[in-house]
Amino acid sequence: MSSADTSVPRRERTGTPPAATATTPSTPGAGSTKARQPRREKKLSKSAMLAINFGSVAAGVGLWALLAGIGIQGLPGPAEVATRAGEMLADGTLLESIGASLGRVLTGFLLGSLLAIPVGFLMGWYTVARGIIEPYVQFFRTVPPLAIIPLVMVTLGIGEVPRILVIFLAAFLCCVVSTFQGVVGVDKTLINAARVLGANSFTVFLRVVVPASSPFILVGMRIGLGAAWATVVAAELLAAQSGLGFLMQQAQLFYDLPTIFVSLICIGVLGLLMDRILLAIEARLTRWQERR
Amino acid sequence: MTIHTDTAMIRFQDLRQEFVLGNETFTALDGVNLDIADGEFVTVVGPSGCGKSTMLNAAAGLLDPTGGQVLVDNRPVTGPSPRTGVIFQQYALFPWLTVRKNVEFGLELKKVPAAERRVIVDHYLELVGLTRFAEALPKELSGGMKQRCAIARAYAVNPEILLMDEPFGALDALTRVHMQEQLLETWLKERRTVLFVTHDVDEAVYLASRVIVMAARPGRIHKVIPVDLPYPRTADIRLTDEYAKLRAEVWESVYHQPAAHGADDQH
Ligand SMILES: Nc1ncnc2c1ncn2[C@@H]1O[C@H](COP(=O)(O)OP(=O)(O)OP(=O)(O)O)[C@@H](O)[C@H]1O
Ligand SMILES: [Mg+2]
Repeated sequence: MSSADTSVPRRERTGTPPAATATTPSTPGAGSTKARQPRREKKLSKSAMLAINFGSVAAGVGLWALLAGIGIQGLPGPAEVATRAGEMLADGTLLESIGASLGRVLTGFLLGSLLAIPVGFLMGWYTVARGIIEPYVQFFRTVPPLAIIPLVMVTLGIGEVPRILVIFLAAFLCCVVSTFQGVVGVDKTLINAARVLGANSFTVFLRVVVPASSPFILVGMRIGLGAAWATVVAAELLAAQSGLGFLMQQAQLFYDLPTIFVSLICIGVLGLLMDRILLAIEARLTRWQERR
Repeated sequence: MTIHTDTAMIRFQDLRQEFVLGNETFTALDGVNLDIADGEFVTVVGPSGCGKSTMLNAAAGLLDPTGGQVLVDNRPVTGPSPRTGVIFQQYALFPWLTVRKNVEFGLELKKVPAAERRVIVDHYLELVGLTRFAEALPKELSGGMKQRCAIARAYAVNPEILLMDEPFGALDALTRVHMQEQLLETWLKERRTVLFVTHDVDEAVYLASRVIVMAARPGRIHKVIPVDLPYPRTADIRLTDEYAKLRAEVWESVYHQPAAHGADDQH
C-alpha cells in the first residue's frame, strides 16, 4: 500500500506533461540500458521509467511463479490466483466485496475530509478555536483508529456506522492536521498584500488563505485516504459481513490462499489507484506552485 | 520646502515600534517624527535593518505601533485601506493567479465592472511592459518581472498614497530609469503622496523633494535632506553640480553614520 510513504514531502510531478511516447526499446533492452548508464540522478524519460516499472513487475511475477513451481508449501502460483480471481469475478463476490470496502472508505474519507477542512481552517485562523480543538486532535492522533473499534462496537453495535466512524476518524485526523498547518503557514505578506488592496477578513480568507493552503489540504487528503484504506481493511478483518477484509478473514478459516492473494492484490491495486487519482488532482490544482 | 502641519497627508508622531524576539524586545523604530505633505514625494534611505520597511508598514496600517501613531489625512491609521497602495519589498504576488489576475485583484475588490477592469489592467501591463506575459504565472517570471507586476497591481487601484518599498530594486539599470521616469510622470500628473524606500542614493535624490536618511539601532531619522531641484526632472538634471552635491551629501550621511553598521554594497 502506498499510503505511508506519502507523508511529508511532495512528489515532484510536473503538471500534465504530454508523455514522450514510443521510441523506447521493449522491456528486456530497457533493463540493460539502465545498467549501462553510470548516472545516478533520476534523469530517465517517462517512457523509460515505465518500461523499467513493467520489467520489474514482470520479474516479480516470474519469481513468484518460480517459487510456487518449486513447490513452497501452500503457495499458490500466479495462474492459480488468476483463475480464482476469474471465478470470483464471475460469481460476483469480488465486485461485491470491492464495492462494500470502497463504499465504506469513500463515505468515511469524504465525510472526514469535509469536516477536517473547515475545522483545520478554524484552528488555523482563530487561536481560541485552536486552543479548544487541538488537545483532542493531538490525543486522538496518538490513538490508532483500530484501537477505537472495541469502543465503538460496544457503544454503537456492529452495523455500518461504527466502521465508517472509525474510517472517518482516521481520514479526519490526517486531513485536519495538514489543513491546520497549511493555514498557519500562509505567507503573511500575501495576506498583507490582499489587505492593502482592500480585502476584508472574509475576502482574505477566501482568496488568499484557501488557495495558499490548498497544497497542504490535498496532501492531507492523500494521507487521509491512505489511512482510511488501511483502516477499512483492518476493520473488516475484525468485524464485518462483507468487504475485502471479510473475504480474507473467511478464506483464512478455509486455508484458501488463492482468495487471500486475490484480495491482497485488489487492496494494493485499489489503494494505489485512488492515490494516483488524488495525486493527479493535486498536480492539476497546484500547478502554480514552484517545485524543487 | 515648508510643510504646513495641517496639510500633512502622512504624519509620523513619536512612532516607536518594538518587536518581541524570544524573550528580548528589539526596538526597530524609536521616536520617528515626520510630516509628509499632500502630494509630496519623499524617499527614505538608510542601512539595511534600520527600519525602513517597518516605517512603511506602519504607514500602511499593517503594524500595531508600540508607541506614538501614524496619521493619514489627520486620522490615526488603524488598519490598511485601499486609499494607500503598497508595493512590498518581497513582491507578494499571489502565486496561484496569473499576472493579469494579480493586477486585477484590487479592482475586483473595488467592484469595478469587468470591461473596465480589462482596460485598466491592459493599460498598466503595457506601462510595466508585461503585456506579453499577462497569462503567465508568477513562478514563470524573473525577479524584475515580478516586481513590475507588483507595481502594476498597486498602480491599478489608483491609490492616493503610494508606499513603495524598494520597488525598483530588482530591475536592470535601463528598466529602472524607465520606471523612474514613468513614476515621476504619473506623479506630476496625479500628485499622489509617495513614500519611497530605496537603497540607491541616485534614485533617492532624483525622485524626491526630500530625502529621509535613517540610522540603525535603534531605527530613527538621522537627517532630512531637502532636494531643491525643480520638477519635471529629466535626465540632464543628473549631470548638474547641484545634483552631484546633494548626492554626495546623502551618500555621506548614509555611509558615514556614527553608529551605523552593515552598510550596503552599493558601488
Ligand atoms: N515582524 C518582525 N518581527 C521581528 N523583528 C522584525 C520584524 N520586522 C522587522 N523586524 C526587525 O526590525 C528591524 C528593521 O527591519 P526592516 O525590515 O524595517 O529593515 P529595513 O530598513 O527595511 O532593511 P532592508 O533595507 O534590509 O530592507 C530588523 O532588525 C528586523 O530584524
Ligand atoms: Mg526593507
